[in-house]
Amino acid sequence: MTALARKKIAKLERLAELAAVHSKEQGESLWREALKRVRRNPSAIVGASILGVFILIAVLGPFLVPYDPGQIGVGIPFGLEVKEGQAIYPGPNSEFWLGLDHQGRDMFSRMIVGARQTLLVGVVATAIGLTLGCLIGGIAGAAYGLGGKRGRTIDNVLMRFIDMLLAMPSLLLAISLVALLRPSLMTVMIAVGFISVPIFARLLRGAMIAQSNAEYVVAATSLGVHKRKIALSHILPNSIAPVLVQATLTLATAIIEAAGLSFLGLGNPDSSQAEWGTMLADGLFNSRFDYAPHLALFPAIGIIITALGFTLLGEAMREALDPKLRK
Amino acid sequence: MLRFIVRRLLQLIPTLLGLSLLLFIWLHRLPGGPETALLGERATPETRAAVREAMGLDDPIFVQYGRFLKQLLTGDLGNSLSEKRPVIDLFLERFPGTIELTVVAMLFAIGLGIPLGYLAAKRRASWLDHMSVGGSLVAICIPIFFLGYLIKAVFAVKLGWFPTFGRQDTTIDATHITGFYVLDGIMTQEWDAALDALWHLVLPGLTLASIPLAIIVRITRASVLEVLNEDYVRTAQAKGLTERRIRGRHVLRNAMLPVVTVIGLLTGGLLSGAVLTETVFSFTGIGQFAAQSIDHRDYPVMMGFILIIAVVYVIVNLIVDISYTFIDPRVRVR
Repeated sequence: MTALARKKIAKLERLAELAAVHSKEQGESLWREALKRVRRNPSAIVGASILGVFILIAVLGPFLVPYDPGQIGVGIPFGLEVKEGQAIYPGPNSEFWLGLDHQGRDMFSRMIVGARQTLLVGVVATAIGLTLGCLIGGIAGAAYGLGGKRGRTIDNVLMRFIDMLLAMPSLLLAISLVALLRPSLMTVMIAVGFISVPIFARLLRGAMIAQSNAEYVVAATSLGVHKRKIALSHILPNSIAPVLVQATLTLATAIIEAAGLSFLGLGNPDSSQAEWGTMLADGLFNSRFDYAPHLALFPAIGIIITALGFTLLGEAMREALDPKLRK
Repeated sequence: MLRFIVRRLLQLIPTLLGLSLLLFIWLHRLPGGPETALLGERATPETRAAVREAMGLDDPIFVQYGRFLKQLLTGDLGNSLSEKRPVIDLFLERFPGTIELTVVAMLFAIGLGIPLGYLAAKRRASWLDHMSVGGSLVAICIPIFFLGYLIKAVFAVKLGWFPTFGRQDTTIDATHITGFYVLDGIMTQEWDAALDALWHLVLPGLTLASIPLAIIVRITRASVLEVLNEDYVRTAQAKGLTERRIRGRHVLRNAMLPVVTVIGLLTGGLLSGAVLTETVFSFTGIGQFAAQSIDHRDYPVMMGFILIIAVVYVIVNLIVDISYTFIDPRVRVR
């Protein structure tokens, strides 16, 4: 393993340790205190508001749309025409607020309905990474912290595998995965989720090892509590905070990476389902961007704002957990 | 020092062996089996059977892996399905372009990022600080290929200041020796060719630089802020040292270590971004070639790309590790 990979690991472990630092104030749990600090942070409020609106649109989407988002040629009577073999796409107007797409579908309706699919891609991909990563990291962390000599061996084997994944450029990992599976929305979610597995695994393992030296663990051990119970109901709940912070940040990158895969032609081939990443890739296809920039612009703005929301909230959460950054 | 480098090179062997095993499994898990890599997806069952026979795909798996390793070691990555030429040759032709692009991108990112991060920290809470922090946050959240189209539409299509695609104007009759067009132009003293190649690098370079730039600004800012609070900076000020001396000797030198770490990490990651950026600007490098191979389901090219990128990534890491020992005397070579 290179020293650089070690630096990467050291960074993740530092984040993991932060959660192990106990607050000195009496009577406040780590969670409640962190929540308090998040609420005082203006960028957290901005991020949370953006996400609130986004989630609201994702949930209520189908009830808000003026047109059927899947209906091809809804706008043809309103001016979608072909000039010299080139389709002219009407931009934003009073009838279609965000214009029409390359198949004459209402962009506004597709943006609204697409919010749900986009959220789904982000959430499912992150969930896949979180589950797999936490499974590997949790086993490794528990084995290292409580398992003695044999535990260290288990930890060692698992971590060498994780380090190998960590050493690969992320897009490359995704490309090779999509090549194996058939391109579909699910494949995209699996590939994007898989990228984040090593990060989650490293984080949870680091946090659990840091926790396993805590006094309450020693107390539980001396009381004769079963090791599995110590790991699951004592160490794990106290180690999960940095993982949740990372999950928030991963939601942002997942949406962006999924859009990148769509752009490379590895995305969902079925464009009847509106999803911002696919719409963005469609809008840039065949130099459509030069004569109908609105096709790509609106999905891009949607993705950027959503990613900003997740990033702002995630970084505020990280600051709240980091005692070094406390004012 | 030499022993350190040799030992680090030896450490590459298990990593590469692991990677070759992963690639071997990958090849065998392809839909339709490894013969798909050779024939593409539209071959008839008869040709498939013949190729399976010829490739020895019915041999024991260990024998197959041994043969696969031998091929890799001799640089034989097979033939491209779409170009009908050895994959390794195709990559060698395109590699200089990608190297030029990543070097330019890194120069942009470091050259703009460190001064910007330093000034933002120095003038904390000024408009410059807010702009840098806000701007870098947005830059991280923009899909890089969209940024590329945006930059291209404004500066190349609308304003016409820069070329829209390629590495060099086709009307220029340039002599190519090394494949690095800028270098070739300088070597042959064809200044117009060198300048034109540089001109073609500006927009893709800026696009590719966006994410590293944002991260370098943020890290530099955070790192400088931390150092500015140190006692030795106050001491230096109290001693009456010039601003310039404090900045160079005391602040930047100590603040640079985390920045260098990040620069190393980012350089490896740039190759992912190069796939998207080169595609946007039709820049003939290995990234664009890899993206095309996905379109054509050209598996030998995809495999070659994964392998080459991984090797490059590992070598870049090695270079970064070595550079640490120059910057931080505490990092001793063992």
